[in-house]
Amino acid sequence: MSFLWSVFKGIFSVTFVQKAITQGVPMLFGATGEIITEKSGNLNLGIPGIMYMGAIGGLAGAFLYENGNEAPNGFLGILCAIFFCLLFSLLGAMIYSVLTITLRANQNVTGLALTTFGVGFGNFLGGSFSKITGTAGQITVYNTGQAFRAKIPYLSDHLGIVGSLFFSYGFLTYLSIIIALLATWFLLRTRAGLNLRAVGENAAAADAASINVTKYKYLATCIGGMISGLGGLYFVMEYLGGTWQNNGFGDRGWLAVALVIFALWKPARAIWGSFLFGGLYILFAYVPLSQSMQEIFKMLPYAVTILVLVISSLQRKKENQPPASLGLPYFREER
Amino acid sequence: MEANKHKEPFVRIVKRDRIPLWIALLIRLAAILLSLVVCALLIYLITHSNPIQVYRSMVDGAVGTGRRTWNTLRDTMILLAIALAITPAFKMRFWNIGAEGQILVGGIATAAVMRCCGDSLPTALLFLAMIAASLAAGLIWGLIPAVFKAHWNTNETLFTLMMNYIAIQLTAFFSIVWEAKKGSGTIGTINQKTQAGWISTSFLSDIFGNFNYSINLIIVLSITVAMFIYLKYTKHGYEIAVVGNSENTARYAGINVKRAIMRTVALSGAICGFTGFLLVSGSSHTISTSTAGGRGFTAIIVSWLAKFNPFVMILISFFLVFMGNGATQIASEFQLNESASEVIIGIILFFILGSEFFINFRLIFGKHGKEAR
Repeated sequence: MSFLWSVFKGIFSVTFVQKAITQGVPMLFGATGEIITEKSGNLNLGIPGIMYMGAIGGLAGAFLYENGNEAPNGFLGILCAIFFCLLFSLLGAMIYSVLTITLRANQNVTGLALTTFGVGFGNFLGGSFSKITGTAGQITVYNTGQAFRAKIPYLSDHLGIVGSLFFSYGFLTYLSIIIALLATWFLLRTRAGLNLRAVGENAAAADAASINVTKYKYLATCIGGMISGLGGLYFVMEYLGGTWQNNGFGDRGWLAVALVIFALWKPARAIWGSFLFGGLYILFAYVPLSQSMQEIFKMLPYAVTILVLVISSLQRKKENQPPASLGLPYFREER
Repeated sequence: MEANKHKEPFVRIVKRDRIPLWIALLIRLAAILLSLVVCALLIYLITHSNPIQVYRSMVDGAVGTGRRTWNTLRDTMILLAIALAITPAFKMRFWNIGAEGQILVGGIATAAVMRCCGDSLPTALLFLAMIAASLAAGLIWGLIPAVFKAHWNTNETLFTLMMNYIAIQLTAFFSIVWEAKKGSGTIGTINQKTQAGWISTSFLSDIFGNFNYSINLIIVLSITVAMFIYLKYTKHGYEIAVVGNSENTARYAGINVKRAIMRTVALSGAICGFTGFLLVSGSSHTISTSTAGGRGFTAIIVSWLAKFNPFVMILISFFLVFMGNGATQIASEFQLNESASEVIIGIILFFILGSEFFINFRLIFGKHGKEAR
């Protein structure tokens, strides 16, 4: 009984919720990006790699700005970081798009190659940045990192527990939720969103309805990739405070892919799903078990994903299925 | 305005019926050369040294000494073994991206037998037990997603992916349970004193030199031949090809598709588990969460690029490992991060993947359908 009580006490605390949300935000960015991508019928398994590319891109951008500057301005640092983060993730997404959409390479294989490349690219640049630029020590951007970490003034420290629960995060946290909500609205309420879903369900039918399949696939994959890249940026800036850690991002990219399944391809569902995943990701630290049993506990997010996968395939509900042509290339002249 | 004017597209894409082998080879060769040029550019941008020189030291890094050559051969064999393992499943269009996990559980099973029976069992029995345990562990790990795929069409790509992480956590669990020094979190070398359960190649040192992985080499090459025969000349291999092309055709032909899926993926998992045995017993003598090291994913690409031909896989695995080990060497020479090898392998893969397009399709420019090869 005291065992359960101590777990409960740990979970129903402000710090646990804060940490769960902190862990969840990168996954939410990744999942939202991947949902938009998958809605076009592209199963981009390169998302974990793209997130690494976005992370190192943002870090490099901020570093180039801060390094040549006596008194770096946090706001300009943020702009530089976001710009280069988007640029690098766009590069990753473009590699995937050109190979799978124009050159019709196999999506799974291309995605895995992109993840190999992206993770290596991030670790390579992050690990040898000082050597390449000829600067001393580890790559750090203190000012920009602090600017990313800035909480909402007044609200975060004057509202007591409400303030710490809802207003004590950097702006990227709120951005991740806004983007997820916007994505839901876009997919369900706009003409372009309807067209995009049509492309993912049946590209030939969409083509016959004079929807430009190639354009939709390209745009969805590239925009999705850039949104995912922001997850990597969040990790290096707000979580690590503006520095690089080799393989520090770990398997969160794959968790983002898992979250897409958990959310049943609905971005709004991914919001609370990501916080739940974040909670599951750190739950082991709140359970008074031996160190070895904690490792078993870390299986939770993956086990839950498998459970959701199995249940949704058993139910066969129409609205809970992946886009029908997910993973298939589209070639107009092939029937 | 121009709605009724028929517009000719600048370029059209037409699927090729078949392509002469030498042209296909030429296209691939061009892709590889192009990728090497891009890598050279990148290397020059970063290190500012002569790329030819750098490539030369890459060759030196991969096969410069006897020891390095054997290391490269060892890594090639492991990558090849994994690629062979996932090939039957792939040919059936079952996307087993859970090789990492299947290797790890095979490795854990091997390590467990080595630890608990290393002193008690005679050598022959010990190896039998290790091999049986690794095969069984990999088989079970592969069979779980296969059962769900066969009966309820559960997405196997994502299921096997998640199984990887469960296996990784399982490995982390055993790393602590079996840790060599309290608090280190690593198992350390298993049976360091007795060397029980280590694949020993010392009796072959007259032929291959003192430092060699010849047994791994012989085993994996035998699997290569066996897999070629299995896929090409057996009833099972034929069933795999039919199910892979069209499940409905397979059903009409009286093939039990569910059973074929489960049997094939179980085989695939078992060979992955066996690769875990090769890794633990035949080279590293320990196991950690990074034992598989992403090779389960690279192997998928190897298998795909080889068009499921086991002998082509030898070439591709060797090339990728060669480039990877070479890149690691130059990275350490220039004090750069060793992930350089993944970057270079990634770039090469992009080019080869892209080149497939020109093998499968041909482009027709302009109105009169002038063909471009």
